[in-house]
Amino acid sequence: MKFVITVLRSNWRLVAVGVVGVVLLIALPLLLDTYTLLQITLYAIFGILALSLAFIWGYGGILCFGHSAFFGLGAYAYAVAVINMGESTAPAVIAIVLPAALAAALGYFMFYARISDVYVGVITLTVTLIFYNVINSTAGPKYHIGDALLGGFNGMPNVPSLNVPFLPDNTLEPQNMFVLSMVLLLVVYFGLHWLLATRFGRVLVAVRENEQRVEFLGYDARLHKLVAFSIGGALAGLAGCLFVSWGNYVSPTAFSVVQSAQIIIWIMVGGAGTLLGPVFGALAISWLTVEIGTQQWVNANVILGAILLIFVLLVPRGIAPMISERLVPWLLASRRAAGLARDLSQERSA
Amino acid sequence: MDLAIIVAIDFVYAIATLALISLGLAIVFGMMRIINLAHGEFMVMGSYSASVAVHHGVNIWIAILIVPPIAVGIIGAIIERLIVRQLYGRMVETMLATWGLSLFVVGILTMIFGDITEGVPTPLPGIAIGGYQTSGYSLFVIALSVATMGGVYVILRSSRLGLLARGTMQNADMAAALGTDTSRIYAVTFAFGAALAGLAGGVLAPVSGVFPTIGGSYIGRAFITVIGGGAAPLVGTATAATLFGVINQVATFLSNPVYGEVALLLAAIVLIRALPQGITGRYFRRSL
Repeated sequence: MKFVITVLRSNWRLVAVGVVGVVLLIALPLLLDTYTLLQITLYAIFGILALSLAFIWGYGGILCFGHSAFFGLGAYAYAVAVINMGESTAPAVIAIVLPAALAAALGYFMFYARISDVYVGVITLTVTLIFYNVINSTAGPKYHIGDALLGGFNGMPNVPSLNVPFLPDNTLEPQNMFVLSMVLLLVVYFGLHWLLATRFGRVLVAVRENEQRVEFLGYDARLHKLVAFSIGGALAGLAGCLFVSWGNYVSPTAFSVVQSAQIIIWIMVGGAGTLLGPVFGALAISWLTVEIGTQQWVNANVILGAILLIFVLLVPRGIAPMISERLVPWLLASRRAAGLARDLSQERSA
Repeated sequence: MDLAIIVAIDFVYAIATLALISLGLAIVFGMMRIINLAHGEFMVMGSYSASVAVHHGVNIWIAILIVPPIAVGIIGAIIERLIVRQLYGRMVETMLATWGLSLFVVGILTMIFGDITEGVPTPLPGIAIGGYQTSGYSLFVIALSVATMGGVYVILRSSRLGLLARGTMQNADMAAALGTDTSRIYAVTFAFGAALAGLAGGVLAPVSGVFPTIGGSYIGRAFITVIGGGAAPLVGTATAATLFGVINQVATFLSNPVYGEVALLLAAIVLIRALPQGITGRYFRRSL
């Protein structure tokens, strides 16, 4: 019993996240109407996407500017595969494996050449730009993979949703989609926490801190970065797959630079080097983008660009570290000061 | 024979445009080791300044050659002061800030000019070579690209500012110790790079049309060229533009321009694996 309490105490944040997550998972479908639930499903999917970049950037120190390449590839891979197969089990796997393979191939060329951060950022961004241009140019009936028309800038409409594995007639309803996305978000969150606590995760963080020193200690920094990058690619692909299944539609904007920038902004706002921060960053910024979309007088890019600029210049470490390192100690300190004052007054009255 | 000339012009034109759109980026990269992610938007601002000038009755040559570099150079100087200087030495943050700037500028341009394509007239007629017709303006772009490279070479090589800039590029600490105001050199370089981007935008406006998001169609190629070229701005740009321009053009002939870009990217990734510091990191190391 005492052991359990100690474990709970030392991991109280994780326990709190788990409890809140499960409560939301059960309560939201009961409380909310379908429209709001759909919206929150999207936030959960973006939360997974945010976690995938938070892992490779915040913990792996890999500056991926083109994360939407993996997101978009997962989305398109799922859409093409599910239209051809009519059943979603294998397509979901393909949507995870293909981006992971792209990340591994790209990672091999980048990390084994030991190129600098600046180059990694620019190459990943260029990959996304070119994916966007290629997919954008595939309008017309001659561009198809099997039965799936790629549709160019019009995108691919009527993509079937995920179904219960191996039961093609049993497609997921919006409520089920919400539960699936939420559960996957929690699984990814705790999975990454676990991964970071393993030997692999610790070496990865050490590589971020000082790559040369880690190599002197005998670890292969390149391989650790490559594996982490592939995991990030796989998770982004998963988010892409869920995204298409959620909206039954995918267009080249999944690959766009603005999409990449948004993921970066989630991390910048939430705080690189945390996992919870980027999830909330994704939630806040996605909500904000929807709100901006409802009015006419200011362009969404202006707001997103301004947010990125302001955070880089003024809050470079994001909101989560600011709360946990400034606000919480400040609250604790003021409480301790108040407690101290009370002690003194008690002593005096005694 | 005539066909061979036309094909040769196409190849040289591809190389020349690649060099033209990359040079401003390469100069900022060579000096500060950062990639200005708002480079595409600097070009678009150049295109818009040319388009606005033309629509206000300014002579077309002044509108595409004089107005854009001045306008964008001034904007670049302001941005250096407000943003880039605040993040001095923090390369990743600088790149993220220029990315934010790029989104911001796209949004502002969309709000001002709307999501429509504006045209700038082509100031030169077509030229007939034998039985074939080619654009006289292509030849002008080639000449201008060569002239710009030459101009930058002369400035770097023989002016006092160029000397200070080269010194700062080689060893900023040493230059500062010898009394050079390196932050002023950085400011001037950034504004100069912006002006070159503006010039490229202005010159290419008649070819490509002008709309807020067109920067996205340039920057991929510009990034690849600069990274492939490495740290020496002039030789790096010239060699990388030649290599990638030829690859791009061959792939474009075989399929279409989009796959030309894909071939470019694949070539660049392989090149980076072989030469992580770019072409000038291995060859022509003491060049400009």
